Formats: sequence, C-alpha cells, structure tokens
Amino acid sequence: MNSSLATPARPQQGQAASALRTPMDISIRGLTKYFVGQPLYDNFDLDIPAAKIVSVFGPNGCGKSTLINMMAGLIAYDAGTILFGGRGLGEIKIGYVFQNYREALFPWLRTVDNIAYPLKLEGRSKADVAHRIEALVASFDVKFDLHRYPYELSGGQQQTASIMRALAPEPDVLFLDEPFSALDFEMTLFIREKLQEVFMATGTTMMLVSHDLEEAVYLADLILLLTKRPTRIAEILPFDEARPRTIATLSEAAFIHTKARSMEIFQREVRR
Amino acid sequence: MALDRMIGFLPALGPILLFVVWDLTVRARLVSPVLLPLPGATLATLAQGLFGGTLLTDFGYTVLRTFEAFGIAAVFGVPLGILFGSNQRAYRSIEFLVDFFRSTPSSALIPLFMMIFGVTDLNKVAIAAFASILVIFFNSAYGVMNARKQRVMAARVMGASPWQIFRDVLIWESLQPIFVGLRSGVSMALVIVIVAEMFIGSDNGLGHRIIDSQQVLNVRDMYASIICAGALGYALNIFFLVLERRIVHWSGR
Repeated sequence: MNSSLATPARPQQGQAASALRTPMDISIRGLTKYFVGQPLYDNFDLDIPAAKIVSVFGPNGCGKSTLINMMAGLIAYDAGTILFGGRGLGEIKIGYVFQNYREALFPWLRTVDNIAYPLKLEGRSKADVAHRIEALVASFDVKFDLHRYPYELSGGQQQTASIMRALAPEPDVLFLDEPFSALDFEMTLFIREKLQEVFMATGTTMMLVSHDLEEAVYLADLILLLTKRPTRIAEILPFDEARPRTIATLSEAAFIHTKARSMEIFQREVRR
Repeated sequence: MALDRMIGFLPALGPILLFVVWDLTVRARLVSPVLLPLPGATLATLAQGLFGGTLLTDFGYTVLRTFEAFGIAAVFGVPLGILFGSNQRAYRSIEFLVDFFRSTPSSALIPLFMMIFGVTDLNKVAIAAFASILVIFFNSAYGVMNARKQRVMAARVMGASPWQIFRDVLIWESLQPIFVGLRSGVSMALVIVIVAEMFIGSDNGLGHRIIDSQQVLNVRDMYASIICAGALGYALNIFFLVLERRIVHWSGR
C-alpha cells in the first residue's frame, strides 16, 4: 500500500513515487459523441502521458467537462476507446472532483465518513481506513473539524474534503471539473498548492478542466487547448517550469509566454 | 428586550383573538347560544372530557385507528414507493392508477369499502390506509426519481455498485420527500378515519362523537370534540416535522 501522502511532500520523493507507479498513459482513439444529433466529438484522438497534470481549456460549449466525464465513465459515448495504460476504466482507480462540492458530498455523512466512503467501498479494514485518513489529514494540513457535517463547513473546506475523498483510494487518475470556480481567491490558492503537493508526492495523473487561464497554466505540465465543436485538439502546449511553482512563477517569462500563447490559440479558435 | 418578548408572544395572538371574537359574538347574541357555546364553557367541557370523561376514550379510539391505518400505509407505501421509484418503467406502468386514485376523494370510496369489509372497525382502518398509502407511495417514488444526479454520479465514479448507490445515496436522497409523504399520509389517515367514524356505523371515536352531539344539540360537546380532533391533527403534523428535522438534518442546508 502506497502511503507516500503521510510524509510531507518533497520533489525528490515525488519523482521516486511516480517511478514506482505503473505507467498509465491515457490514449483516446476515435472518440465520438453526438449531442442532440450534432457531433460534439467526432473521431477524436488524444494521448496523455502518465504522471502529468493536464489542463483542459477551450471555448464555451466545446465539451471540456464532457471530455473528462466520458473518460471518467460518467457520460456514455457513441464510439471509440479510452484506455489507461492499455486498461479499461474498470481496471483502474479514478478520483473525481466536482465543481459543485455542495452536491457532491453526502450531507447525511459526517465529513470524515465522506472521505472514508470510497475506502469502505473497497472493503478496507477500519484500521486501514483510519490510517489512510490520518495520512490525508496530515498532508492537507486540515485545521477544521472533520466530525462536522459537510454543510457546517465553509465552501473551501467542503472542496478540500471532496478532494481528500477523491484522493483517498490513491487513484491512478484524478479528474477535476472546475474545482476552483465556486471558491474565493484565498481558498483557490490553498487548494492549488495542495494539489501541487499531492502531485509532487504521488505523481498522480490529473486532468483539470478550468475556465481560468492563469490557473490552467500554473498547475499544468500540458495545456490541452480545444476548438469549437465538433471539438478537435487546437494545440497541446507544454509548460515545463520546475515544481514547486510559486507565486513568483506567475511573473516568470516562461509562464507569461505560455499563457500568452494559450490565449492567442484560444482567441483564434473562438473567432473561427 | 420588550420587543423580543412581544415577538415570542405573537403565535398566541391569533388563537386569543379568535376566542375573544367568538366570546363577544356569543355574548352579543349575534349567534344563538344553542348553536354556539361560549369558548370558556367549551374549553371546560374539553378539559372535563379529557380528564376522566368519555371524550378521552373516543380520542383514544381515533388515535388508535389513525395509527393503525398510517402504520399499514407506511409499512407498505415507503418500500413500494422506493422500489417503483428506482425503476422508472415500472412506475410509468402504474402512474395513471396512482394519480387517478390520488385524485379521487377517498371518502367517495367508502360505500365500496363497506361492500368489501362490511360495517366493521377494519373497514374504517382499511379506507384510511388506502387513502394514506397513495400519498406515501407517490412521494417516496418521486423522492427516488428526483434524487440529485450528481451525488449518484459521485458514488458511481468511486466505484459503487448499483446496489451500493441505492443503499448509500438514493435512499438518503429520498428521505426528505418520504417525510413529506408521511406527514401528508398521517393527516390523510386522520381525515378519513374521522369521516368513516361519522358515516360507517360506529360506537366510538371523535367522528362518531361529533355527529352524536350534533344530533342531540349538545353543542358544547360537539365543539370540544372538534377542537380535540383539530389538536390531534396539529400535534401529528408537528410530531412529524420535528422527527423530519431530527433525521433529515441536512434538509435545506
């Protein structure tokens, strides 16, 4: 059992942990999805290398969320294959963080039981669950009372809890659907840092749908820019800045350049 | 401070006003005392009847029948509603029947039930249970059908099986509408029990007592029995509201 989250995140350990994982390159072939008779995705191919953070960015209605929802098995697609290291969705573990944490957490369970829920589904022992929760609490530096119900927490605390829940079973891939868009700036910064720490510690592949370009570039190894529908890949921009990235990253030339380039492509696609 | 005390007093204002108007109406002879007794005298009759009088017995019978009918309705209505609610096709196939009988005033079916069950105690409970079960079934089924999709999706993405989704999400999501159904169901049961006690030959119960006192123009007893029935309905509603808030603690938050 990999409990690398128990130790504080360090980049060196992060590399070691990611090397231990089986490579989980994502490959999408011929993905086709019709939406009320119109093609949203038509024969769409995409390759995502393992252990990367990929930000998905594109014009309104191009199906950013639909893409990760199809990958996560939440929406059916009409044709094509989506494989994770050659394996199907049923053979890997995924985590999913919804934009609307209020309707994603179970209000009838205390927050700690929400986080433990996926572990219970796996049939883990009580001691094992408790151990894993402890590790998560340490890694997320949780200051609020997890024995409260979700509705008794602030929005940021609820989203922190839903990210902890998604990470609890140590997923191979973590999907995040606009996880910051309902949060205030302070909470966004906090959760962004935590996600980066988790990524450095575990090398979990993350797919982040974002409507905020700065946030999309800041976290990403790859920025996946999509076109208007029928959706194709406009471009995949790499952003190789070393981690941990900090506030200083935001004013570095590479960041500014990547962001500007993304914006250029985005505007080209919107106007097309 | 004074204002706070005033606000706490507000709920009592309506009833007090009603009793004052009632009292003045009778004293001014706007309504004959033969038809409308003084409120004080009515309350005295109510107290006498409940503490050692026969009103308590009738009250007890009505409560018993209401609980029997409601109990049967809840025991069958909730599980059946959840079952049909989680299978939309099954629900569609009986939707018309449910909606039709839900829209039929159950009191219209009393003669039919009399043919089946005869003029028995069972009949009163059966017709009330029938009326109540429809409301409970309908609300439970819609509770499951309208469960928030995102929580279901959250469970599915975590690898929950359909049974686990049902047990860990759907049931909980539908608890609030189930309680709405239970609350309407118990009110419905009470209404039909009272009607049945009035019109299906009965020797006891509040409905029987109201009709009997009316027949002999014992208006004080009649009004006391009506207030008693009203208080019962009100108390049942409050009881289920409190229970709902306790159990469905996340509702509206």
